[in-house]
Parts: sequence; C-alpha cells; structure tokens
Amino acid sequence: MAPWIQTVISQLAQTLLVVLLAPAMLGWVNQCRAWLQNRTGPGVLQPYRVLGKLFHKDAVLAHTASPIFRIAPYIQFGCMVLAASIIPVIEADLLLSPAADVIALVGIFALARVFSSLAAMDIGTAFGSLGARREMLVSSLSEPALLMVFFTPLLIAQSTSLTAIADALAHRQFALYPSLAFAAVAFVMVLLAENARIPVDNPTTHLELTMIHEALVLEYSARHLALIEWATAMKLTIYCALGIALFMPWGLAAAADWRGVPLAVVALAAKLVVAGAGIALLETVSAKMRIFRAPEFLGMAFLLAVLGMLIFLLLGA
Amino acid sequence: MTLATQLINVMAALLLLIAFAMLSQRRILSLIYLYAWQGVVLSANSVVVGYSTGQTHLYYSALLTFVLKAILLPWILHRLIIRLNIRWDVETLINIPTTMFAGIVLVVFAFNLALPITQLAGTITRSTLGIAIAVVLLSFLMMITRRKAVPQVIGFLALENGLFFAATSTTYGMPLAIELGIALDVLVGVLILGIFFFQVRDAFDSLDLRHMEKLKETDE
Repeated sequence: MAPWIQTVISQLAQTLLVVLLAPAMLGWVNQCRAWLQNRTGPGVLQPYRVLGKLFHKDAVLAHTASPIFRIAPYIQFGCMVLAASIIPVIEADLLLSPAADVIALVGIFALARVFSSLAAMDIGTAFGSLGARREMLVSSLSEPALLMVFFTPLLIAQSTSLTAIADALAHRQFALYPSLAFAAVAFVMVLLAENARIPVDNPTTHLELTMIHEALVLEYSARHLALIEWATAMKLTIYCALGIALFMPWGLAAAADWRGVPLAVVALAAKLVVAGAGIALLETVSAKMRIFRAPEFLGMAFLLAVLGMLIFLLLGA
Repeated sequence: MTLATQLINVMAALLLLIAFAMLSQRRILSLIYLYAWQGVVLSANSVVVGYSTGQTHLYYSALLTFVLKAILLPWILHRLIIRLNIRWDVETLINIPTTMFAGIVLVVFAFNLALPITQLAGTITRSTLGIAIAVVLLSFLMMITRRKAVPQVIGFLALENGLFFAATSTTYGMPLAIELGIALDVLVGVLILGIFFFQVRDAFDSLDLRHMEKLKETDE
C-alpha cells in the first residue's frame, strides 16, 4: 500500500472513530451519574436513540430567524469534526495535524462558541440572549485558562504542535512533572466549565435561572438540535482525548506503526472509560455554583495553570 | 534527575499548592485540615531528603514535624474553634481572586529572589528554595488579608512551616536542638494564643481584630 493511502486511511479512521464514539462517551458519563445517584439510568446508547429521533423530526424555525440561525449548527458540527481530526487520539502523526497547533485549536473551539452565541441572540428571545451572555462570560475566562494550561506541555515539548507534544510526552523517560500535575488540575476545571458540566452549569436543567448551555439551544429543533447535541458530545470527547494526550499519553501509537494501533485503541477506550467515570464522580460530589462564583472558579484554573508554568521554569520539571 | 530530586520537587509543588489553597479557603475548619496536610508533606519531604543524603537526624526531625504539625497542633486548633464555636466562613479584607493574583506576583518575586542563590548552592534540594520563600510570603499575605484571629494564627504557623522548608532545602535542616526549641516555641505559642482568643472574645464579643485598633483608655 502506498504510504499516502495509509495516512489518509488512518486520518479518516480516527476522525470517524471520534465522531461516532462521542455519543457513547456522553451516554457513559450520564450512565455513571445515574449509578452514582442510585438510579438505573437510560444506558450508554441513549444519546444515539435521541439523535435518531431528532433526525427523523421536522425542523421548526422561528419567523425571525436569519440564515445565521440556520447555519450555526453546521458550523458547530464542522468545527468539532475538524478538532477531532487534528488531535492525537490513536496515532500522533496525522495527515491534518500540521493544519493547526494547540493555539489554533483553541480558536476552533472559540469559532464554534461564537456561532452558538450569535444564533442564540438571533431569534431575539430573552432566554437566548441571556444564555449567550452567560456563555460569553464563562468562555472569556476559560479560554485564557485553557491557553495557559497548554503552555506547560508546550514548554516541555518545545513546540506548539500537538503531534510533537504528544510524542514528546508519550515516548520519554518516566519522570515526575509537578508542573504537569498543576496543569492537569487546571485542565479538568476548564473541561468542566467549557462542557457545561456541574460546578459551572447543569447539563440536565431547564431552569431558566441557572441554565447556560440549554438556554443557547432552546429554540432549536429536529436535525439542527441533533447536530448541536452531537457537537456537544464530540466536544466532551475531544476534551477528554486532549487531556489524555497531554497528561497521560502512554500507549499512543507511533507514526506509521500499524502494530501499535490495536494497543492504542484499547488504551484509549480504557482511559476514556476512566475519564468519563471521573467526570461523573466530580459532578456528583460537587454542587452547582452560583453564576457569579464561576469567574472565581475559572480564575483558580488560570492561577493553577500559571503556577504550573512558573514551577516548570523554576524546577525544570 | 534522580528519583529523590523528583520526589522533592513534587513535595515542593504540593507545598506551594497547599499555600495557595489556604489563601483561597473560606472556612476555618478546612484551613486547619490544610495546615495538617502541610505538616504531612513537610515531614515526608524531610524523610526523602534524609534518605537521599544520609542525614539521619532528619528522620527525628520528620517524626517531630509529623507529631507536632500534622497531629498535635491541628488537634489543638480544632478543639479551640469548637470551644469558640467559630466554624463558619472567614471574612477576608480583599476578595479572593485579587488575593490570588497578588499571590502569583509574590511567587514570581520569590522565584526571582531565589534564582541567584540557587545557582550558587550545591545541595540536591537547592531548586526548592524559591518555593520555600514563596510559601513564607504567601503565608504573610494570608495573615495580612484575614481579619479574624484564628486564620491569622494559622497563617503564622504556615509561615513557620515555610521557614522550616527553607531550612531543609538550603542546609538539610537545622541542628536537632534548635529544631526542638522551635517546636516547643510554636507549641507554647499556640497554647498562649489559644488563651488569648478567649480573652479577646471576652473583651470584644468577637474575634475580629479590627476592634483591637480602638484599644485606648477612654477619658470617662
């Protein structure tokens, strides 16, 4: 087989894997939450059923909706597919990974968010603009924190490319990096905030006083809603995969090494299962914060990320 | 880097993290737990340094630290706050995020301060001096930004922990006689301050130290 066919196949396989696996990941988190709350839970496959149901319905659009409202779900979905194609999930060296480094990756997330907020304000309902404003409040604070989190691995790998970072961290001699631990804690805090999980937002609420993400998607229905929900699930999966690639990349397949792939898939599945259970546990033990405490929470994440970087500069570890 | 150096670095980072957690903590009870954890990390650090450099007196020092700072002092403080019935939120003078950013500035300052000393030193723990100074300064900041008496005392104790860590990281700890003396001082200090809390509360009906500023004889 020609090498370029191999690269294309592995790229397509990885993107498809993330896209198709994402609802299961969301389902797994919800299932773990249900177990922890002593409920039976709808099962890991429930998000697929929801998506199937939504795709079969007829979309309803408001009279006041502009084209932005209609294209926003596609843009969000497209952003997440692109993000899924550039992060190292199974193999570090991907066809598309030179297209964007970690800083551009943060930009891709920001693009998706800007369109979801624009679409929420587009209809002109009170809840939409309320949700958009809250979303912007949270994301304006989580984005710098996320960038700071990336700086510690960047300093260790001496590169901003995700491939180089994952390679440098996965195939190095074992060493304790206290700075990476700080960055990892900050990353978990950002992950919870960005994916609208419990201390910052409750993904299951429709209570107007507290909802952030749900207020953004309130006006959507059918296939548009399905795409948004799918993109949300993908975002969660991508964040988990990113955390895995940065902070526990063991088992990642080296470039053009087909024998490493089965091991990498098993390792990834195990790590995603652990990560999902961990998120569910964190969500169960913490209480939802007031919206005005969210800046403090994210300020803390920013601080931890900065501390990690400072410690790396001082200790060299 | 050897494993011992890595472990010492991890301990140092943990100490810094605990110092920041104390700075951001709103509850007195959690502050005491954090102080106890600081003691545990300090004594573990002493064991690692003692083991890797063959300084046996550090084992006694670690044992002393553990008994005093991880068990005895937190227990006394715990008894105190139960007797004083003050488990609720701590008032801070400046809001927490601002304090945190002041803390970051202090850390940068401490790291810069330690850098030239670090380059001259030859101990395996030399790079942790910056963190020790940062812990001292952060404890200072905590004492300055807290209004109530008990958090200020905990800040003072955390400051002593920072100094102890600095001693371990620059000279592999102080002679045992001095360490015993300091431990006794801290213990007696906390006991006296404990009595002091009751006196302050009897006099002012509160542990808010603002009232102390009005400590003047009136001319009535």
